[in-house]
Amino acid sequence: MSAHSQTPSQTIGPFFHDGLMGLGGDLAPEGAAGRRVRIEGRVLDGAAEPVDDAMVEVWQADGQGRYRHPFDGRSSGVERSFVGFGRMASGSDGTYRLDTVLPGTVPGRGGSIQAPHLNVQVFARGLLVHLSTRIYFEGEQANDGDEVLGTVPPERRDTLVARADGEAGGVACYRFDVVLQGENETVFFDL
Amino acid sequence: MSESAYRPRDDEASPPLDHPPYRSTSLRHPVRPLVPLPHTISEITGPGPAISAVTPADADLTTNAAVGGEAIGERILVTGRVLDETGEPVPDTLIEIWQANAAGRYVHERDQHPAPLDPNFRGTGRCLTEADGSYRFLTIRPGAYPWGNHPNAWRPAHIHLSLFGPALATRLVTQMYFPDDPLHELDPILGAVPRAHWDRLIATYDHDITEHEWALGFRFEIVLRGPEATPFESRGAGSPA
Repeated sequence: MSAHSQTPSQTIGPFFHDGLMGLGGDLAPEGAAGRRVRIEGRVLDGAAEPVDDAMVEVWQADGQGRYRHPFDGRSSGVERSFVGFGRMASGSDGTYRLDTVLPGTVPGRGGSIQAPHLNVQVFARGLLVHLSTRIYFEGEQANDGDEVLGTVPPERRDTLVARADGEAGGVACYRFDVVLQGENETVFFDL
Repeated sequence: MSESAYRPRDDEASPPLDHPPYRSTSLRHPVRPLVPLPHTISEITGPGPAISAVTPADADLTTNAAVGGEAIGERILVTGRVLDETGEPVPDTLIEIWQANAAGRYVHERDQHPAPLDPNFRGTGRCLTEADGSYRFLTIRPGAYPWGNHPNAWRPAHIHLSLFGPALATRLVTQMYFPDDPLHELDPILGAVPRAHWDRLIATYDHDITEHEWALGFRFEIVLRGPEATPFESRGAGSPA
């Protein structure tokens, strides 16, 4: 073991709520450019019971596909008020909800284009290491050419795609459940 | 672009997702294999660099309840550096911590352990690492507390930590334990980490950190996943806006 071996992960436990700043599901400030979307869903365990003490973190590009980060060469164009990060605690029925703008497409490998997606990390009591997944959006044309979606077995691909669920007050609504275990288990990534 | 910009998670040291002695893992671990994900711009970026809303008072848990009094308990300093696997410091990154009070009770509605709450202790703190990766918290030593995992189950005293680092791939949530605690042997959460790596999670007592007539010192070094050999370049497509 080297002197600089990784610090192992441990569970977030059930008591994180006050320890983490900025719990809340509003990712897009007033006036952020892009199509406004709401994603709502539940975190479910292997018995299809709601997980009421999960934390869901989301990291996304802005409406034009730019991350607010020094490694994104287009980050200088990101609006000052847009961070693209949010974290939500699941409620008593396992529900989480976030309001944001649909991210733009972002570059993929070898000149490819990645379809609009949210990068998601899930933490909970009982998860000794957090889980990583992505939320794609039903009906987006770019989904067909997305390399990451393409690497997922076709029969499991739907677990990564938020289902369109109507519109409310000019906001496109989507459903996305995070299923930790079982028949419709969400695809989780080794990243 | 290489497959991975960051080194993989250390599977030797990492706890498994399924660990039967820790009962809550049973229905919460995915049973399908994780799908490998190449490191694209989505994974080499992350919120870490954008988060900085922290004041110096946030790192003092003995007074940050801000009700005028001091937390009861054994005053301790917890300090160390955040490095990556190559030994490079990770500067300006947020560390968030939360912990039980000296009696082993969290300020949390779901904590029903019949131990006293301390009105002067909230049990949460945060700071940003310095340019050399160092951080420092002043707090009180948390107590052990019982939990429902098995009969007479007690969690060893610990502090929860959350770090972002520079990228999505460097995210870490972990727990810091205290040296020489007989409960380590009995704890299925620490026990999920192979024993050879427990020293990565157990702080060391350091008398050089201890302050005369003030507080006991503990050192806890944190190592995040490091970059692969090839340095990153900006990967945004097109010309800068």
